[in-house]
Amino acid sequence: MSTLVIAEHDNSNLKPATLNTVAAANVIGGAVHILVAGSSCQSVADEAAAVEGIEKVILVDDSAYENQLAESTANLIKSISADYSHILAPATTFGKNVLPRLSALLDVQQISEITEVVSEDTFKRPIYAGSCIATVKSSDAIKVITVRATAFDPVNASGGSASVEPISADGISDLSSFVNEEIAQSDRPELTAASIVISGGRGMQSGDNFHLLETIADKLGAAVGASRAAVDAGFVPNDYQVGQTGKIVAPDLYIAVGISGAIQHLAGMKDSKVIVAINKDEDAPIFQVADYGLVADLFNALPELAEQL
Amino acid sequence: MKIVVPIKRVVDYNVKVRPLGDQSDVDLNNVKMAMNPFCEIAIEEAVRLKEAGTASEVVAVTVGKSDSQEQLRTALALGADRAILVETDSLLEPLAIAKALSKVIEAESPQLVILGKQAIDGDNNQTGQMLAALLNYGQATFASEISIDGDSASVTREIDGGLQTIKVSLPAIITTDLRLNEPRYASLPNIMKAKKKELDVQPIDAMGIDTAPRMELLSVELPAARQEGIKVESVEELVGKLKNEAKVIS
Repeated sequence: MSTLVIAEHDNSNLKPATLNTVAAANVIGGAVHILVAGSSCQSVADEAAAVEGIEKVILVDDSAYENQLAESTANLIKSISADYSHILAPATTFGKNVLPRLSALLDVQQISEITEVVSEDTFKRPIYAGSCIATVKSSDAIKVITVRATAFDPVNASGGSASVEPISADGISDLSSFVNEEIAQSDRPELTAASIVISGGRGMQSGDNFHLLETIADKLGAAVGASRAAVDAGFVPNDYQVGQTGKIVAPDLYIAVGISGAIQHLAGMKDSKVIVAINKDEDAPIFQVADYGLVADLFNALPELAEQL
Repeated sequence: MKIVVPIKRVVDYNVKVRPLGDQSDVDLNNVKMAMNPFCEIAIEEAVRLKEAGTASEVVAVTVGKSDSQEQLRTALALGADRAILVETDSLLEPLAIAKALSKVIEAESPQLVILGKQAIDGDNNQTGQMLAALLNYGQATFASEISIDGDSASVTREIDGGLQTIKVSLPAIITTDLRLNEPRYASLPNIMKAKKKELDVQPIDAMGIDTAPRMELLSVELPAARQEGIKVESVEELVGKLKNEAKVIS
């Protein structure tokens, strides 16, 4: 039994969710290998080799994988899949894009976004926006799995000394090609990696008012998020979205401001260690999951909070 | 250009789903059903491409029980030209659904297939990508903007860090994210007209595909409940609690 973890990276650095995915692989047991497919990505392979407990890093350095598009990446993973009982990737937009394609190429039923490994073939995963947790047992020969990063504590990024084995590209596809990317530039931590997150909902009333949250975020070293309602209303871009169809976060402190607490939003944040809710509607469902609730007008409470931090 | 839009009948998003008493599955007795919200966005995009003169025909497809005809009628009322139900009494997994859809698409040979990025019941986010693999089509998932340019489509994708634009050769699979468009409501005259549109029912058994389940559902349970919290009276009290009790800020 051995597991292949697909590294998520930007050709220079390994993305942190990879370390949580390795943690899930360790619970499954057996040897763990990491695949680094990219372009001029030796530094990522070196980083992966240093991850604690990794036996081998497979490096495919080819311009075809610069943007890790689904078609070529899935073909490549398929070409080395025979050696593995499990293939794991983080349940990020990268993993969600590539792994189901691989799964169909291998004729196996993927297990999406697991939150617990029960045994080598049995896993827990949330369904219906996390209203229920299903325990499922897979009968496929190769288990193709995406992992919810927040459900597994990351392994150590150092202490390992895996070998790095370079292999050649295989199955390069020209069905799709990269045009450009607009990556949001921010001095604040990434939403999924931040230890404190402050999010705004429809109650913020406009995108301009998000500066009230940003002021507090900068004092706390926090990331700024939003509910789907705030994204739908055009206040902020979609990469702010926390919830069932956005990002899943589990920081030490989550501050929900002007968010009513629809089940779809709770799905993305209810595993946070401490939850604070600020809402002027005392009946808002968000208060049912909040450790500390403050019934107040956010336009008074936020400046006051900024002042006291 | 013909567009095929696969859709799914799911529990309405306002319903809070609970496990059955014996925890063998979720309790779906007497719950309100609806078209999956991301599928509405897919239908809307296809209809807009038709209204813009880019597409000539929009075909809605679903794989499910006979009662899924209700959601196909909704799709017809929203502007699809005709509909196909691949009928099965079994609850199929995404791989089996993708296989059934691939047979329909091989027969229809559209230039574009648009579907929702995920269904809000199983939250799997798999079918579109699997369908692309089975048909050997290119895929553009989580789309927030689509423009058709001859024999390719330029698609802006919602990715974790921001936006990515890719070009994909047609025919292709596109899956929708929530900012792609705002779906319309069906008007009463269009609901009436939809009743007369063609709805073809095809038995899944005639397709010659393996739909056997690969996963066994062992149990369904409620997630661990959070301990009840407290209400604080002021910002000052809140800051004090966060510093001294929860110790999450300093």
